[in-house]
Amino acid sequence: MHEMSLCESVLQILEQQAKAQQFYKVKTVWLEIGALSGVEIEALRFSFDMVVQGSIADGARLEIIEAAGQAWCLPCGRNVVIQQLYDQCPHCGSHQLQVNAGDQMRIKELEVE
Amino acid sequence: MCGVCGCGESQIHSHHDDELEHVHDHHHTHHHEHHHDHQAEHSHAPGLSQSRMVQIEQDILAKNNQYAGENRRYFGEHSILALNLVSSPGSGKTTLLTETISRLKNEIEMAVIEGDQQTARDAERIRATGVQALQINTGKGCHLDAHRVGHGLESLQLKDHSLLFIENVGNLVCPAAFDLGEAHKVVILSVTEGEDKPIKYPDMFHAADLMILNKIDLLPHLDFDSRQCIQYAKQVNPRIKVLSLSAKTGEGMDNWLRWLKAELELQLIEYV
Repeated sequence: MHEMSLCESVLQILEQQAKAQQFYKVKTVWLEIGALSGVEIEALRFSFDMVVQGSIADGARLEIIEAAGQAWCLPCGRNVVIQQLYDQCPHCGSHQLQVNAGDQMRIKELEVE
Repeated sequence: MCGVCGCGESQIHSHHDDELEHVHDHHHTHHHEHHHDHQAEHSHAPGLSQSRMVQIEQDILAKNNQYAGENRRYFGEHSILALNLVSSPGSGKTTLLTETISRLKNEIEMAVIEGDQQTARDAERIRATGVQALQINTGKGCHLDAHRVGHGLESLQLKDHSLLFIENVGNLVCPAAFDLGEAHKVVILSVTEGEDKPIKYPDMFHAADLMILNKIDLLPHLDFDSRQCIQYAKQVNPRIKVLSLSAKTGEGMDNWLRWLKAELELQLIEYV
């Protein structure tokens, strides 16, 4: 449900950038969304199209770059790839994992005119 | 006026208006927001198209996080312990609060920010205990954000070294992503819910520092497996601490009050 708020934040950033970087239309938005960010990609796409209606990003294409989840396994002493926050270490089975990548939600790049 | 963003109170609810004029009319000094890269590439595509690429590398929640940072600085300057209480609807957050307040109000200054989609019922329940409470209705919103809480702080006028409970909207999903500037997220789970909630809603249990297992007076009537529930919570978050209590009978409340007092005391420490 918070995908709607996230899209509103994205639009705010786009509008700030439009003033700062002198563009009036956004054609494509590249978002990097981590597997552990709690974001539902389909809900994000749906919300984005609704939120940007009538704005500088009306009709803009949304490109999602999915980033894998990663955590530091304390017993193994190395980084491991995880899909969910409750996953165990694929090597030793421990849950002593500290997430260190894959929880990001970032705007990477824009195509504008 | 908002001390952080310079916006008028009336504008809070219209920040997301999709009318462009609104944006251009903003004369705020949002100096803290402009972390964009001025060196961004301006590679004009050839031909008729005016398209160009702009690299911005900005966190979507950057704005909320800036407001949260301002709130956190305010709490730090005034040695205030702010706790963000999160749970599903009906876990007993408000009863836990009223019971906590009635036990501590002679020793500790407290205040409550209540977040709900609609009505001021919870704030009224808190005010009945004699403590100041501010209701924030999020309307269609599913969580409190740091900007709204920041405005709430202006009207509450908290005392130094006091305890602020922020009762978030009953929702185990969205509030996990929004930092309010709190010292800790405290997740409340009642034993009338499933013991697998921590793995069904892992984001929230991952974000919380303390889990309260509430309504334990009902355990004899239920099939709830507390050990399994705690194990699930630690699977998602190995650092999470767990307290079990019944706000209704008072069982286990002593530990919770001890935790609150200790955490409040920690706010007085001035780290180098």
